[in-house]
Amino acid sequence: MSLKVSMTVNGKPVTADVEPRTLLVDFIRAQLRLTGTHVGCDTAQCGACTIHMNGSAVKSCNMLVLQAQGADIVTIEGIASVDGKLHPMQEAFRDHHGLQCGFCTPGMVMSAIDLAQRHSSLTEATIRAELDGNICRCTGYHNIVKAVQAGAQAMRS
Amino acid sequence: MGDMNLIGTSVKRKEDYRFLTGGGTYTDDVQLDRQTYAYFVRSPHAHATVKRIDKDKALKAPGVIAVFTGEDLATAKVAGLPCGWLITDVNGQPMKEPAHPPLAQGKVRYVGDHVAVVIADSYLQAKDGGELVEVDYDVLPAVVNVGEARKKGAPGLHEIAPDNTCYVWALGDKAAVDKAFASAHHVTQLDFVNNRLIPNAVEPRAALASYNRAEDSYTLYVASQNPHVERLLMTAFVLGLPEHKVRVIAPDVGGGFGSKIYLYAEDVVVTWASRQINRPVKWTAERSESFLSDAHGRDHLTHAELALDQDGKFVAMRVQTTAAMGAYLSTFASCIPTILYATLLAGQYTTPLIYCEVTAVFTNTAPVDAYRGAGRPEATYVVERLVETAAREMKLDPAEIRRRNFIREFPYQTPVALLYDTGNYEATLGEAMKLADVAGFPARKQEAAARGKLRGLGYAAYIEACGIAPSNVAGSLGARAGLFEAGEVRVHPTGKVTVFTGSHSHGQGHETTFAQVVASRLGIALDDVDIVHGDTGRVLFGMGTYGSRSIAVGGTAIVKAVDKVIAKGKKIAAHLMEAAEADVEFADGVFKVAGTDKEIPFAQVALTAYVPHNYPLGKLEPGLNENAFYDPTNFTFPAGTYVCEVEVDPDTGRTEIVSFTAVDDFGKIINPMIVAGQVHGGLTQGIGQALLEGCRYDKDSGQLVTGSMLDYCMPRADDVPSFKLDTKETPCTHNPLGVKGCGEAGAIGAPAAVMNALTDALGVRDLEMPATPERVWRALQQTKMRKAA
Repeated sequence: MSLKVSMTVNGKPVTADVEPRTLLVDFIRAQLRLTGTHVGCDTAQCGACTIHMNGSAVKSCNMLVLQAQGADIVTIEGIASVDGKLHPMQEAFRDHHGLQCGFCTPGMVMSAIDLAQRHSSLTEATIRAELDGNICRCTGYHNIVKAVQAGAQAMRS
Repeated sequence: MGDMNLIGTSVKRKEDYRFLTGGGTYTDDVQLDRQTYAYFVRSPHAHATVKRIDKDKALKAPGVIAVFTGEDLATAKVAGLPCGWLITDVNGQPMKEPAHPPLAQGKVRYVGDHVAVVIADSYLQAKDGGELVEVDYDVLPAVVNVGEARKKGAPGLHEIAPDNTCYVWALGDKAAVDKAFASAHHVTQLDFVNNRLIPNAVEPRAALASYNRAEDSYTLYVASQNPHVERLLMTAFVLGLPEHKVRVIAPDVGGGFGSKIYLYAEDVVVTWASRQINRPVKWTAERSESFLSDAHGRDHLTHAELALDQDGKFVAMRVQTTAAMGAYLSTFASCIPTILYATLLAGQYTTPLIYCEVTAVFTNTAPVDAYRGAGRPEATYVVERLVETAAREMKLDPAEIRRRNFIREFPYQTPVALLYDTGNYEATLGEAMKLADVAGFPARKQEAAARGKLRGLGYAAYIEACGIAPSNVAGSLGARAGLFEAGEVRVHPTGKVTVFTGSHSHGQGHETTFAQVVASRLGIALDDVDIVHGDTGRVLFGMGTYGSRSIAVGGTAIVKAVDKVIAKGKKIAAHLMEAAEADVEFADGVFKVAGTDKEIPFAQVALTAYVPHNYPLGKLEPGLNENAFYDPTNFTFPAGTYVCEVEVDPDTGRTEIVSFTAVDDFGKIINPMIVAGQVHGGLTQGIGQALLEGCRYDKDSGQLVTGSMLDYCMPRADDVPSFKLDTKETPCTHNPLGVKGCGEAGAIGAPAAVMNALTDALGVRDLEMPATPERVWRALQQTKMRKAA
């Protein structure tokens, strides 16, 4: 059995036939071939699959694609400008060496943008607490924290 | 013109743009035409005889294309997975090497062991099919704990090792050590558990194999730290395929930490299966499969003793360790608790006599192999916990006892086989104490006490042996292969450069660091150099990345190739400038005739090398492309001092790391930003081992209790502090860059520093890792009860 699903992904309308049990992340990766969104843990712990749905960060490994019917989805591929210029948060991650292997990075950036939008000012403690849902095994978070702080500031200015 | 100040500069990483925009290509991102998906049926039992496997129902399930079992592999004469390091035991006998079949042959030996593979059009269909594979097991008793494997009555895993003993191995002069202990002024003794860890790179392992019938060739995309080793082992030892017909590509790899060094069953099975069904076969681990079947780390049980004289000088050390191998020998399992462990027990000290005995045992668990640090964190833990405890027992300042015992003259031959080339342990200790404000600690402790909190401070002065390895030394110690590295520098006609390296980057930033080395040496722009790695179809050869060896071994191979390019360039330039070759100098990207104003830029020489009108054809071949192999003459010895300060809440047992200072000596540093990042990550894994992470198997059922990120505590951002780092520099004496390696240091030094701080805070002699709030709280209650009694 397959069902039809429609949504907007990175500003473009998308309609597709899906198996009802398809996870949103698998739809994004395998059907839309947007492979920047990653799967790290299958249990909503690591956050590598974080995307924006209707403006909020969500973990796409823990949703069925059908739950995104009609939604406005943004993935990491939709964050930089069309001309390739990095978003201030991406730029901050590069400037502060907030990434190493790059696997958690898309989810980390999506969460960081979301938390920058939700807080008018960010202390180190707030950033560390808010990043609880994103696991990085490489960086020890030190530079991610710096990057989020700088990125959030750049987003405001 | 190139940038001459590239060495020692925190250049932003070349690889970041693609990772930040979702443009990386990890194995699971690759999608091939007619691709199928594999699901592995795994043993639900820790130890069982497989009586019968019925694939009929699975084969009839929608989308299922094939089901293969161990019987199919045996019929096809697929061999077992090899172990790359032969340890010879104390009686001169080779270690016990049980067969390690990719799919079970009549028996399963750990939960997660591979029983069958189901291949289908979609992953969900393969998984559904897996549910329909009927397996009858006769469940056998299991042993999962390292300390129980050799006990009388423990169930034996392998016929060739009925007492579960892989080897008993020893290093050092036992008689002399025993004699020194007999007359020692003071002896400090401790018993340690070095907790089993699960690596958990955030990218799960993955493999995608395709077979090309027209060419009779294979391509395997795999999340690997060393694609050439993977290919060599798979073709020559397991599948019996012609090596030149197999291309192994390790594209972007999402972290390794050791767990992606090894040749795994899944890699072999999908490669073999792709030919059977003549379609590509992809397998990507679910996280629970990573927990069950990635090689784990550590898992030692140790009794350690340090003998001291009345001045606190170390006179001897005696260590007995039992180390788990797991159910089978993984690729490098046997050398981790021996060659990479016992040889490091001198630490930074002049201890003249050391004896270490290691017993390696089989247990009904996932195999154990190298995990970040691999043997060296275990050695550092033994040494540094002993030293700190001895200082407390002898009422000596822990920094002072270290100073009294530091090695101060180099080169230094330790009693455990290594020859340290250089170091300055006083410098790293002194700087760490300053940065950590050790002098202000008593006041901070008092202030914390006023708030009802317990503060403690602990040191770890670690050393590691990196840059593995001088091949003749490795060979004499049992390595079945040399461990050199290859590099190729291909200069294009316009003077742009592509470098092919046998090292592999899975987060370390080689595309930037190696480009800095090449660009600075050639005097060209960083953007004019690209680094290619991770593809046996493009890179000549490589032993890969582990043991913090990339810059010291892989980097040196590249330097050698660059120097060959320069040497040839001088010949070409001499011809063009009508000068004697001996008069041509190369600097800042320009060939010059000494003492004249004649000069030719590098790019012009490159163009001449490829499209010459005027060229010394009789004397020199055209082209500007050089290979080099480098076999190091010694290990490198990064070292440093870490100071950790903790605060414990006695009501909850929760430990907060309030400050962590790391001062390292990595020799020359190419990119300080990248090096600092490596230290941050290593420290966090070390802190994870000390406070959070502990793999547990249920003693009775053999089930993995910590089998998901909900059960196994991964360090999160709010578990660690921002770190205070600095470096001191004593350049390595035996490689041209003076580099030592930095990838593992943090994970090596941090556990001992944290536990020294925590035992100081609690006023207890020892505490088992991970020091969870429960363990800390219980330790505090016991102390209270003892005081009350």
